[in-house]
Amino acid sequence: MDVPQKNIIPAVEVRDLAIGYGDRIVLEKLNFTIDPGEVVCIMGGSGCGKSTLLKHIIGLYQPLKGDIFIRGESMVNAAGERKKALMRSLGVTYQGGALFGWMSVAENVEFPLREYTELTAAERRERVQEKLALVGLEKFGSFMPAELSGGMCKRAGLARALALEPDLLFFDEPSAGLDPLSSAGLDKLILDLRERTGATIVVVTHELDSVFTIGDRALMLDRERRTLVADGKPAELIKEYAGSWVGDFLSRNGTANR
Amino acid sequence: MKKIFSQCGEFMIFLGAVAGAVPELFRRRTRRWREFFYYAELCGFQSLPIVIMLCFLMGVVLGIQGAIQMRKVGTEIFMVDLIGFSVLKELGPLMVAIIATGRAGSAFAAEIGTMKVNEELSALRTMGSDPAGFLVLPKLCAMVISLPLLSVCGDAAGILGGMCVGVSVLEIPVAAYWLRTVDVLNIAALTGGLVKSAVYAILITLAGCYCGFTSSGDAQGVGRGATRAVVMSIFLVVISDAVMTLLFSFIGW
Repeated sequence: MDVPQKNIIPAVEVRDLAIGYGDRIVLEKLNFTIDPGEVVCIMGGSGCGKSTLLKHIIGLYQPLKGDIFIRGESMVNAAGERKKALMRSLGVTYQGGALFGWMSVAENVEFPLREYTELTAAERRERVQEKLALVGLEKFGSFMPAELSGGMCKRAGLARALALEPDLLFFDEPSAGLDPLSSAGLDKLILDLRERTGATIVVVTHELDSVFTIGDRALMLDRERRTLVADGKPAELIKEYAGSWVGDFLSRNGTANR
Repeated sequence: MKKIFSQCGEFMIFLGAVAGAVPELFRRRTRRWREFFYYAELCGFQSLPIVIMLCFLMGVVLGIQGAIQMRKVGTEIFMVDLIGFSVLKELGPLMVAIIATGRAGSAFAAEIGTMKVNEELSALRTMGSDPAGFLVLPKLCAMVISLPLLSVCGDAAGILGGMCVGVSVLEIPVAAYWLRTVDVLNIAALTGGLVKSAVYAILITLAGCYCGFTSSGDAQGVGRGATRAVVMSIFLVVISDAVMTLLFSFIGW
């Protein structure tokens, strides 16, 4: 009876999820789990709903059907302060960084610390410096977001997402709008983070280079079938789905006609 | 018709969110002095020159129109009453409200709309913050305090404008004009105008922020949101003016 549960609680579990806007279903019958410490890439063609899926997982939208569990706790049924706490426990990096324009970079990173921790001003400053150094922006704390390049904004946004030291990190299109070199730099940063913090990382992307560099696993979404069509190691998926759309997509085969 | 109802519903939800965030004002951590002073300066202090200029001119115009009528019946001195009461009770607060609509209301809508485009609103929510409290309350407090103060300045400028006309056109001596002004005007007229001004401040802020939050999340939406904010604010200001004027006249304020 008292057998201890050996199973680890998945960092993210999605059960029979259907998402969409109003009557329009974007994705349905989604079932997958993400284990602690994994780096998972959510992939798919443009408009297949990968960013929308991400926004559901982090609790910004309510799904049409199904449930999402974060460390075993339902995001869909959580409400009020509980939901806020659950959302706060996730680190999210947005496409453009989503920095607050009227605050300096350091103040942006400090914002969640000031709002939700009891740290003193000196401790906060130290933490901000540490996080900025982690993303390579230690000299840019006093800059305003408008004075930074796109890639720097993303990294500053990442520093802010890391401020509360979450064990679960989400990236929305980290390489969108970046040159290949900056994009590779960001990939390296993501791997670095995993190494240092052991955090679970979920990346929404369509950048194949990134997927093969950082992804332990890739989840492929299909716009036509409106669901998850492949789940596995990126390199294995190519072989497994050779000849089909998934294989074409991953191997950049020009015949992929979608 | 259905659209109007759904919009009213949305507005009510927005009001609920703002009302729900009001307790934040009483917690030290969420009392945002910095934002408050920023908006107080932007909407209040920076509007001062234009408020003074426009209210002064309004007083002059009203003075000239009044003087023409008053001269017909030989009751020039009552022009003082006309100017004083209409500026204090109506024109001062109304001019300030119109300037605030253009300066602050549209700026609020554009600011929040842009934050929506940049996913800053999403970021706020994922950090477990309440956008309504964080973004609306500091603006609301700044406006409720700065608009009545602006109105006082506008009132003074308007009366001064009227005085210029009275003294130059109707040749009323400055002292006589001043004595009459002090004599007829009362605190009730001033406070009535200031209460109106505070109500306008609330309406303009809520309309501006609401239009920002409900803008469509693209660059075009930001512009449309700002336009909508101005139209909605002016509409609400005029309606509330009518309601308050009726109400005040009933209770004899």
